[in-house]
Amino acid sequence: MKTSRLAGPGRLPGVTPKPPFEAVVAEHGATVLRVCRAVLGPADADDAWSETFLAALRAYPRLPGDANVEAWLVTIAHRKAIDITRAAARRAVPVADVPETPATVPTTTGPADGSDTDLAGALAALPRRQREAIAYHYLAGLPYQDVAAITGGSTDAARRAAADGIARLRKTYPGAALPDGENS
Amino acid sequence: MTTNHEAGLRQALPAVTDAELAALRDRLPAVTDADLAALRDRLAARADAEGVLDVAYRTLDTPVGTLLLAATPAGLVRVAYPVEGHDQVLEALAARVSPRILNAPRRLDGAAREIGEYFAGRRRAFDLPLDYRLATGFRREVLTRLPGIGYGTTASYATVAAAVGRPRAFRAVGTACATNPLPVVLPCHRVIKSDGHPGNYRGGPAAKQFLLTLEAA
Repeated sequence: MKTSRLAGPGRLPGVTPKPPFEAVVAEHGATVLRVCRAVLGPADADDAWSETFLAALRAYPRLPGDANVEAWLVTIAHRKAIDITRAAARRAVPVADVPETPATVPTTTGPADGSDTDLAGALAALPRRQREAIAYHYLAGLPYQDVAAITGGSTDAARRAAADGIARLRKTYPGAALPDGENS
Repeated sequence: MTTNHEAGLRQALPAVTDAELAALRDRLPAVTDADLAALRDRLAARADAEGVLDVAYRTLDTPVGTLLLAATPAGLVRVAYPVEGHDQVLEALAARVSPRILNAPRRLDGAAREIGEYFAGRRRAFDLPLDYRLATGFRREVLTRLPGIGYGTTASYATVAAAVGRPRAFRAVGTACATNPLPVVLPCHRVIKSDGHPGNYRGGPAAKQFLLTLEAA
C-alpha cells in the first residue's frame, strides 16, 4: 500500500489537520452564545461572544489539534465575561473585584419565541458562581472537572455551585415543569 | 478524592431531572439563525480589520455551477468548482495557507463582480490582485503566462510549453493547467490539445466547453 507523504516520519506526532475556523463557529457558535447570555444576560452577551471568537480566531493556529474545542471556547468566554463585567463596574463605581451582581435581563420582553423570560430572569438573579457552573455544565455540557478548571476552585465546589443554583431556581422559577408524582 | 466521596456528594446534592434540564435548555430565549448571522458578520468584519482573517471566502452561482472564491489579504488565492468539493478545498486551504478561515464575502466583492461580468459576456480580462502561493516553480510560471492567451482564442499545450522556453515540457504544462488554483480567472480553459479537442479541465470537460463557447460568441 502506498502511504501518504504527510503520514511519514517527518510529520510531528499529535498534529492533526485543523478544520477551517468557520467550521468551529458553525459548530459551537450557538452554545457559546447561550453560555454568554446565561452568565452575563442578553445585553452584554453579544459583545462577549464577539470578543471570544475574535480571540479564539487569533489563537487558533496554536491550538493543539486534539484539544477540546468547546472547553477551550468556554474558557475564553469565561475570561471575556469577567473583562466585560469589570469594564462595566469601572464605568460605574470603582470596585476591587468582580462584584456578585445579577446579570441584567429585561423583564419587559415578551416570550415571542415560546421561551420563558422568567427563567432567564431567575437565572440572572443567581450568584455569579452558580450561573457559571450551571452554564458551563448544563448548557455547554462540560464535566465538573473542566468547569472547576475554568472557574477556579475544586471539582466539588463547582458541583455544589451548580446544585445550589438549581435548588434556588426550583424556588424562584416554579414553572420548571417538574412532572407530577416524580418529585418528592 | 475517592470514588465513594464522589458518589456520596452526588447523592447528597439534589438530582436534576430530565424535565428540568430540558426546561433549562429550551425555555431560555432561543438562539436564532438571525442572531448568529449578525454575530458572524460582525466577527468577519472585525477579524479582517484586525488582520487575523488569513483566508476569506464566499460562493458565487455561475452557469458552470457554484464556484468557491477564496482570498488572502494579498489577493484571490483559489477558485474552486463544485466537482472539487468545496469543503475539501477549504480543508486544503486550512492546511496549506492557514486555518484562520471565515465565510466573509466582502473581501471577494471585486472578484465576484468581475467573474459575474465575465459570465454575462461583459468582461474579457480580469483586473484583480492574485495570490499565486498555491502554485510553485514551473507550474506558477505557466500560470502567469495564461492571461497572455487572449479572450476567444486558444493555444495548444505545446505552444504554451514553447512560450515558457521548454518546448518538450507540454505534459508539465498540462499538469500546471490541471492543478490551476485560479480557473476561469487564469484562463487554462484556453489551452487545448493540438488536434483541437478541448482536453481535460479541473471543472470537468463540460465546463471547459461552456467557457470556450461563451468566449466564441
